[in-house]
Amino acid sequence: MSHASGRHGVTTPRLEMDRIIDDRRTRIIVCCGSGGVGKTTAAAAIGLRAAERGRQTCVLTVDPARRLAQSMGLTSLDNTPRPVDGVDGTSGGSLHAMMLDMKRTFDEIVEAHADPDRAAQILANPFYQSLSSSFAGTQEYMAMEKLGQLRRAEEWDLIVVDTPPSRNALDFLDAPQRLGRFLDGRLIRVLASPVKAGRPYMKMLNAGLSMMTGALTKLLGAQVLKDAQTFITAFDTMFGGFRERAESTYRLLQAPGTSFLVVAAPEPDALREASYFVERLDEERMPLAGLILNRVHRSPAARLSAARSLAAAETLEVMPNGTGAADGAPRYTLAAAALRLHAERMNLSGREQRVAGAFTSAHPTVPVAEVVALPVDVHDLAGLRYIGESLANQSQAGSRAPLR
Amino acid sequence: MTARDTDWDGVRLHVVTGKGGTGKTTVAAALALALAGRGRKVLLIEVEGRQGIARLFDSPPLPYEERKIAIGLGGPEGPRVSGGPGGDVYALAVDPEGALLDYLEMFYNLRRTGKALTRLGVVDFATTIAPGLSDVLVTGKATEATRRRQKGVHVYDNVVMDAPPTGRISRFLNVSTEVSGLAKVGPIRTHADTVARVIRSPQTAVHFVATLEEMPVQETLDGIAELRAMTEIQVGGIMINMVRPAMLGPDDLQAATDEAELATALKAAGVNGDSALPRDLAAELAGHARHVELQDRERCELTAAGQPSYELPMITDGIDLAGLYRLAAELRNQGAA
Ligand SMILES: Nc1ncnc2c1ncn2[C@@H]1O[C@H](COP(=O)(O)OP(=O)(O)OP(=O)(O)O)[C@@H](O)[C@H]1O
Ligand SMILES: Nc1ncnc2c1ncn2[C@@H]1O[C@H](COP(=O)(O)OP(=O)(O)O)[C@@H](O)[C@H]1O
Ligand SMILES: [Mg+2]
Ligand SMILES: [Mg+2]
Repeated sequence: MSHASGRHGVTTPRLEMDRIIDDRRTRIIVCCGSGGVGKTTAAAAIGLRAAERGRQTCVLTVDPARRLAQSMGLTSLDNTPRPVDGVDGTSGGSLHAMMLDMKRTFDEIVEAHADPDRAAQILANPFYQSLSSSFAGTQEYMAMEKLGQLRRAEEWDLIVVDTPPSRNALDFLDAPQRLGRFLDGRLIRVLASPVKAGRPYMKMLNAGLSMMTGALTKLLGAQVLKDAQTFITAFDTMFGGFRERAESTYRLLQAPGTSFLVVAAPEPDALREASYFVERLDEERMPLAGLILNRVHRSPAARLSAARSLAAAETLEVMPNGTGAADGAPRYTLAAAALRLHAERMNLSGREQRVAGAFTSAHPTVPVAEVVALPVDVHDLAGLRYIGESLANQSQAGSRAPLR
Repeated sequence: MTARDTDWDGVRLHVVTGKGGTGKTTVAAALALALAGRGRKVLLIEVEGRQGIARLFDSPPLPYEERKIAIGLGGPEGPRVSGGPGGDVYALAVDPEGALLDYLEMFYNLRRTGKALTRLGVVDFATTIAPGLSDVLVTGKATEATRRRQKGVHVYDNVVMDAPPTGRISRFLNVSTEVSGLAKVGPIRTHADTVARVIRSPQTAVHFVATLEEMPVQETLDGIAELRAMTEIQVGGIMINMVRPAMLGPDDLQAATDEAELATALKAAGVNGDSALPRDLAAELAGHARHVELQDRERCELTAAGQPSYELPMITDGIDLAGLYRLAAELRNQGAA
């Protein structure tokens, strides 16, 4: 059977990867999805393919596997894109790549928005240090911030972004607002108020507040409260700028030059997340280009069914030793094992197809591209090139054993 | 209980970490079942507020309350057979807010104040801006349950914690240092030091769940190295999860691609495939051989870390209670519990 069409039927459109990356109006491609499904791999593969097809491309990755990072030269962490070696530039394209340094990105925003003294004060504050290195949404927020910076730099005509390894695919859309809401929150206002004498709500400094500050002081010591207040007051001056930046990046994501690709493995959890994400993008009017179904298992011998394969294995296993060739018995053992393996493969691939089928029937208009599970990890340009090729070339994807 | 030795006999608090999605929650639950042999009482604690335990045991969302959730693995021949039923497994979903209220009540009798603080968003504030503070409350609850005694005996024989993932584990367990950056003195600081004493004692071990893939293995090795650098924290076992059985021996895998032999065998078995079928089956086998080879390499890297390791099979078609008992039996048979 022709795998992809047999599965999706006539109704599920194929994702046309090359049309997207060759279209000069495409300026940003965002790869999103739940953790471990292959977002980073897909982003790097798409970036490489676009570069080799003539685009000036920059890939922003968040958490590449170590060997993949090495093969792309992402070893220096200076938070700026670096050219990638080994890219075929004959079509006039180029590839830069960078790995996000979230703390540094945050520090840079602070430095850009506050005068040097105040910036130094914020950077040294223990609460800032805690927020900038461990707040649950900081990485998402900083990835968006960096994307905005790269886009505004106008040095690349295509930016491919990978999203942070949230376990929830939606975190990355929600994090900037969550951080904003937090920084604008009631407690923060209250904590900031005692040092902002003269503000009207100082009058509301009532028994409740003093009880609370009293209890906090008792628990944490006076220094903690003082640090928190200093931090918040210093940060207060920057809130406006923060909000504005987050909003402008959000608008960038809604612009026609942006394409979202949702990545998922053919497993129930990952596809459930993918479904939520597809619906959410629609609500936010963000342009979805399609679904990448990654790590799909397919057999080159799919015409032999699991049932027939298993039956054949059993037949071979009960054959008396010594029949056929002189040392026929061990050979049949091997063949029987091969047939059992094939049967297991066919069952796995059947399960995957059922799970994926549930997604495609719920979202029949979302274009889909499949990438087979390679037997080994993807950790060099050749591997990325292969993934890029199979993404673009959906009719023959997976029909042959992989390279190397 | 049997006098059987396990690899972690002196350990009472088992912390289970690993890369996201490798099976921390599943393995923590299986370990709790395995530890709850006859007459034993085990508490399974979840800390990330995602109700993973409830989902796993197919029960309604857990409140902030210790509740019986399952019967442990009977011993020693498997679930509820000759050795009689296992003991009780209790479960608790800890959240920083509940832990703060507990803490205030237990140490200061300040539950009302705690409620007021919660209303004002103090807990939200702490969890977002100073995760070290909320971590100490959460780990504090686990260590309190570990140490809790009634009439001189421990209430729980073991506590198993489904902990945050590898990337966060050393910060999470490094409570007193994380807190000291913020609170130099004060009761929270003292509390953190008490918690740290339990975590940094031979009573506690930190186990890693990994699958045989590059990134989970790398994260496990990095995590082990980080914990080893924090002296006194005991690194536990490596639970290699979702292992698929090798379909062929190593020699077979080497010799796997003889198409002529496959063709003869297919004919003998009565499979009238096309002439390309042997080649395609051989290609499939070759891919499998490379995958097995890669897994063996990853396994070697894991075992080179020098910690005891345990292998848990891939359970196809989803994990239910029977699947959990199966994993628990594996853990017990391999000496993890
Ligand atoms: N041995 C196993 N065989 C088959 N499936 C498994 C096995 N162990 C775990 N799983 C499945 O893998 C998925 C992830 O497992 P689990 O939720 O336990 O991981 P986790 O590490 O706790 O994830 P998270 O990081 O999201 O908390 C679940 O769907 C679970 O059922
Ligand atoms: N099609 C594939 N075949 C084999 N391995 C893959 C494939 N796609 C991704 N991987 C591997 O899976 C792991 C996780 O991929 P990664 O792209 O880092 O996921 P994510 O960014 O979504 O967390 C990596 O080790 C990568 O090499
Ligand atoms: Mg990634
Ligand atoms: Mg979990």
